[in-house]
Amino acid sequence: MRTSIAVTALAAALAWAGSAAAQNKTIKIGSLSDQSSLYADIGGPGSTLAAQMAVEDSGMTAKGWKIDVISADHQNKPDVGVSIARQWFDVEKVDVIVDVPNSGVALAVNNVVKEKNKVFLNSGAGTSDLTGKACTPNTIHWTYDTYALANGTGTALTKSGGDTWFFLTADYAFGAALERDTTNAVTKAGGKVVGTVRHPLNSPDFSSFLLQAQTSKAKVIGLANAGGDTTNAVKQASEFGITQGGQTLAALLLFISDVHALGLNAAQGLTFTETFYWDMNDQTRAFAKKFASKMKNGNMPTMVQAGVYSALLHYFKAVDALGSAEDGAKVVAKMKEMPTDDPLFGKGTIREDGRKIHPAYLFQVKKPSESKGPWDYYITKATIPADQAFRPLSESECPLVKK
Amino acid sequence: MIPLLGISTQALFGQLLLGLINGAFYALLSLGLAVIFGMLNIINFAHGALYMVGAFCAYFLLNLLGLNYWFALIISPLVVGALGMIIERTMLQRLAGLDHLYGLLLTFGLALIIQGVFQNYFGSSGLPYAIPRELAGGTNLGFMFLPNYRSWVIIFSLIVCLATWFMIEKTRLGAYLRAATENPALVRAFGINVPRMVTLTYGFGVALAALAGVLAAPINQVRPLMGADFIIVVFAVVVIGGMGSILGSIVTGFLLGLIEGLTKVFYPEASNTVVFVIMAIVLLVKPAGLFGRTA
Repeated sequence: MRTSIAVTALAAALAWAGSAAAQNKTIKIGSLSDQSSLYADIGGPGSTLAAQMAVEDSGMTAKGWKIDVISADHQNKPDVGVSIARQWFDVEKVDVIVDVPNSGVALAVNNVVKEKNKVFLNSGAGTSDLTGKACTPNTIHWTYDTYALANGTGTALTKSGGDTWFFLTADYAFGAALERDTTNAVTKAGGKVVGTVRHPLNSPDFSSFLLQAQTSKAKVIGLANAGGDTTNAVKQASEFGITQGGQTLAALLLFISDVHALGLNAAQGLTFTETFYWDMNDQTRAFAKKFASKMKNGNMPTMVQAGVYSALLHYFKAVDALGSAEDGAKVVAKMKEMPTDDPLFGKGTIREDGRKIHPAYLFQVKKPSESKGPWDYYITKATIPADQAFRPLSESECPLVKK
Repeated sequence: MIPLLGISTQALFGQLLLGLINGAFYALLSLGLAVIFGMLNIINFAHGALYMVGAFCAYFLLNLLGLNYWFALIISPLVVGALGMIIERTMLQRLAGLDHLYGLLLTFGLALIIQGVFQNYFGSSGLPYAIPRELAGGTNLGFMFLPNYRSWVIIFSLIVCLATWFMIEKTRLGAYLRAATENPALVRAFGINVPRMVTLTYGFGVALAALAGVLAAPINQVRPLMGADFIIVVFAVVVIGGMGSILGSIVTGFLLGLIEGLTKVFYPEASNTVVFVIMAIVLLVKPAGLFGRTA
């Protein structure tokens, strides 16, 4: 009897010690995304996969870390996103939230993450406010933002003669930010905005808006929207002969999944800005092939999914150096301190406002005759160097930036 | 060019025409719903999903079997109609005589399952489907550039709508159908196979949805959620027109397309909600709908 009590006590002690040790060396990643609607192919299940691949490739498990990846669908509703984030932090003990396409949701989650002192590695949302007036010591904006898109595409097109613009803008935080940033870029380059129409998110029919854009006689029609909205607008623009009429269509945010869905016939010639393309070098190709083989629909990674992977690799380095993922602000500070280096985005840095700095690229969609097969879609027109791709710190409204 | 409320009449004509074209889709879809509700008393929430299956069917016919748009226009409704009849025979028939809610829940569940399966395999951004060569290009009407495909959509759907209305309201077959809904036992006593007629009617209703799906494939992306986004509006159309009223659903479909088109010009932010505002008003003023008969 006595021995059995002793054994039980010993076992309990060991189990307790074990769990205490494990608690120090655990990381829980929450991939919060649109899993089922218009942005699901941009982030969605692919971002969860990218997070899992980052865990595998980081070598963290060999160093004794126990890492879990969970995911949820925010349905593009800020209130749903916030309640998932709260539940993740309070009940599931999540340490870091990744992805979060949809700027409305991302801005709302941004506040919760700061309140709970966790980490937000944003890859999916575009609004440049996340490193502007809404910046926090807990958020890093990794892949792209509306400023970079506006700066890349807006400046390039205006300088090459497209000096009057008409916007079709998705009526929420992201569309407004993208329109605002592009308007600034266009005016700075000597152009003028002649009109705007704000359409509801997830519109099936753009013909009416396109007709208004056509009547405006603007040289460039800027699509300040994303995902399914962009593909529908591009497809219907070709139906209404917008480009044959001499107007240029600028998809301000276009992902490879959109180009694939449109087909080259409808998408050819579109000029746009991205920070990642799977077919850039051996490392990106190796990652992309492995990624595609694990995707149900065989899709190549978008820049958002690549960003989730790359951001997590850097996050792991910082957490490993600190020995704990407990204090979110501390981890982010460490991430800012260390230079970044990963197979997909190369060498880079993270600024004090939380902005990850790397080059951006001006791409153009190939003609069907130029493409060697599925997923061979982009021509690189220009590389925007890292120090010019994003908003300069001198223009930042972020309170963290010391001036 | 006389300016009216800030925009030229020419631009306004263009917008009205586009509204009418969108109305054609509303009309086709709500017609199928109205036929099913009027004859079977089923609120068919799977309608949007079957509309999507119709579009996917066109995509598969083209890419797997090499059959073009014109074949799809015939084959896709037949395939989806057959699928509908299987659904009716194996599932919906068991709910006959029960409250509307059961049919609604069953079809809603079916819609979620069908959409989920398609989304799992094809993602959310969808697949490309080109406009058939014969209908590519467009005509300059002076006040706007009208793609030939859109003209085709409006003419074709108008013909289908009118033919359906004529068949149900003016022919002997339609009379049987209407009688069978009023009093199935009596019609059966005359030696007419009512269950079979019900199955065929459901098949016909969802075939109309598939037809709309094929028509929409070249305009929209062929996406798993193309129907889910649409179906709520279409239900509002049916409610405004009067549940089960054939003519009501056709006229309301076109009318709401027009109103939505105008909203897109004057206050585009509200273009997704205007239909529901109208629905609320109609329900307050005339609860049976514009063309509905009060029981």
